[in-house]
Amino acid sequence: MQLTEKHKQYWNINLKISTVLLVVWFVATFVMGWFARELNDINFIGPLGFYMSAQGSLIIYVAIIWYYAHYMNNLDKEYGVHEGELE
Amino acid sequence: MAGQITQSQFAANLKRYYTFYTGGFVAFVILVGILEQMGVPNKILGYIFLFATIMLYAGIGFMSKTADVGEYYVAGRRVPALFNGMATGADWMSAASFIGMAGTLYLSGYDGLAFVLGWTGGYCLVAILLAPYLRKFGQFTIPDFLGARFGGHLPRFIGVVAAIVCSFTYVIAQIYGVGIITSRFTGLEFQVGVFVGLAGILVCSFLGGMKAVTWTQVAQYIILIVAYMIPVVWLSVKHTGVPIPQITAYTSALPKITALEKEFNDKASPKGAKEESVRAIFRERSAAATAKLAGLEKDGPAFLAAEKQKLADKVAALKAEATPDAKAIEAAEKAVKDFPADADAAKKAWTAEKGVGARAAPVKAHAEAFAVGGKTPEEIEKNRSKAKKNFLALIACLMIGTAALPHILMRYYTTPSVHEARVSVFWGLFFIFLLYFTAPALAILAKFEVYSNLVGSSFASLPAWVSNWSVVDKTLMNIADINKDGIVQLAEIVIGGDLIVLATPEIAGLPYVISGLVAAGGLAAALSTADGLLLTIANAMSHDLYYKMIDPNASTVRRLAVSKGLLLVVALIAAYVTSLKPGNILFLVGAAFSLAASGFFPALVCGVFWKRANYLGAVLGMSFGLGICGYYMWLTYPFFGVNAPLWWDINPIAAGTFGIPAGFLGVIIGSLISPAPNKEIQDLVDHVRYPNLEGDIDTRGV
Repeated sequence: MQLTEKHKQYWNINLKISTVLLVVWFVATFVMGWFARELNDINFIGPLGFYMSAQGSLIIYVAIIWYYAHYMNNLDKEYGVHEGELE
Repeated sequence: MAGQITQSQFAANLKRYYTFYTGGFVAFVILVGILEQMGVPNKILGYIFLFATIMLYAGIGFMSKTADVGEYYVAGRRVPALFNGMATGADWMSAASFIGMAGTLYLSGYDGLAFVLGWTGGYCLVAILLAPYLRKFGQFTIPDFLGARFGGHLPRFIGVVAAIVCSFTYVIAQIYGVGIITSRFTGLEFQVGVFVGLAGILVCSFLGGMKAVTWTQVAQYIILIVAYMIPVVWLSVKHTGVPIPQITAYTSALPKITALEKEFNDKASPKGAKEESVRAIFRERSAAATAKLAGLEKDGPAFLAAEKQKLADKVAALKAEATPDAKAIEAAEKAVKDFPADADAAKKAWTAEKGVGARAAPVKAHAEAFAVGGKTPEEIEKNRSKAKKNFLALIACLMIGTAALPHILMRYYTTPSVHEARVSVFWGLFFIFLLYFTAPALAILAKFEVYSNLVGSSFASLPAWVSNWSVVDKTLMNIADINKDGIVQLAEIVIGGDLIVLATPEIAGLPYVISGLVAAGGLAAALSTADGLLLTIANAMSHDLYYKMIDPNASTVRRLAVSKGLLLVVALIAAYVTSLKPGNILFLVGAAFSLAASGFFPALVCGVFWKRANYLGAVLGMSFGLGICGYYMWLTYPFFGVNAPLWWDINPIAAGTFGIPAGFLGVIIGSLISPAPNKEIQDLVDHVRYPNLEGDIDTRGV
């Protein structure tokens, strides 16, 4: 099977959005964790570092996955690789 | 559920069934509540919950019986995203999440959040790196993907071994949880509880495989989330009047806890002075034990005899007094009687006594990250960076392990389409999130209760939940008036982590029926995870080993018979191993995650994202990953008795820190030193990357 330019473009966009979302994921997890002590000096619904690890980062994770599913569904349709209506 | 109805009708039917089911379950709980009011004893209520829920799961399992391969292995690939999400939630949340998580957070504050982050954030990796592609590939097991993508039997075989090793380690931890819950709430022996639980697991999966497991898991999720939420919401109302614990814990309870922590640690304040008096006693006891250990080390048995003589002399002296104090004499005589018989016993007893010095430590601030001790600022800094490193390493291992555990990845084969697979990861994490963002709030609310109500109350009138639990189990609630002032100080309380979830209904002042509900929730969590794991093991053996590698011509009937037979055998072996009580649960869980992360993750991700990855890469990657991870565990887990020095201070629970890079390195080296995969396999990679390609190959299993 031969991939068209359009197919390659689809895959590149997928890689780009995946990278961006994984960077967000990395920041929400590891950068926040690394600076937890410093963030705790800021008060936002309790000490910020603690709040982020207990709740904030989790909300970001849920949002990342929702956004990815939503974005990719539109991209599938735009590039004609969606699965069509289910039987 | 035959194929005549459309997918949307099917989804609508499911919604109706489960709404009806939830209503029925609530009615059942109310009925048990009425029975309690009529005076039925608690033990009977415990039995009712245990057997009613197991019968319920058995009923669903029986209704889902199937003889179709597609239904047995992947639930017919028609599980709507929402329901696959619920099933994932139940599959994922184990006894450790349900019972242990809030307790871990209570005891270790910020540092315990590694588990909360690690066990949720991993789903980002599942959603973006694996789920949609595995769904498009669309066969039955994870080793299936390895076998097709890398060719040859060896990658599939290593995959089978890895799947069995990590699932088996994890399933032991689950059955252990089942045994503890059944024995605690019904008074059955632990070993009997294990086998009752086993029956509960088998009735779900035996007749209907993945189809039955999916629909029972949805039912189990509903029970476990209801059971978790009710007591916490009630506790929040009790303390703050607002039924949203996830907010009130931070805005109302946490600042008060922080203030109390400061007071407990401030010797000048009244509360701090009382705490200090208890801590001083612990310090003295610890120092005395240290001195005795040193004496024993120096003089051996002679020192032991001299110590015993001292105690005997004291008895004699007391008796010789003008007005003998009967109580003091009795205590002194008891000390003589309890004196260790030989040097080994003395060493053990005094080492334990030396350990009470830890209870003299100041209260750790709940929200403080990486709170560590140390004598000099440099030492503190060093310990802190060690704690920080391990915190992040553990998160990484748990997250990547999440994205590599076969029983979770397998769930994404069951959705009707790639798009539904993506959406179902969202629902999965959302349903997991509901419990995980409540656990830290529960820990805070429970801590507030202990700090503000239990501390300062009098020993003569302890709250009912405290006296109840200290009778039931000393390892969960141990409270003693150390400084004999009749008032409870924080340093006089020792709490076991599991207590927090188990006792919350009583702390919140709810009737026993809610405690029964919590037990049913914990049981649902443990059973559902064990179901998924056992099925993974049985499928890896029956599908990958037997059908794909030994007898590819086996008939459908034979394949299913082999699978069911193996399920039974594996379940019995697992229950037998569990009844021997091997090691601790945390060790098993940590090992399972690190092994899965090191064994599967590099090969799976490279299989999708790097076309050049090939047979040799996968073989080397998986064996390096598993090998290094297993080797480090063997070196450092106290369980194995080697106790070699740590590498870069990384604790054994995060062994995957070394296994995962080793795995990636193996894939890269192996792939580059051998030829690129052939056209057919490159086409397969394109096939999984696009949800729909014209003129595409077809890899679907059904």
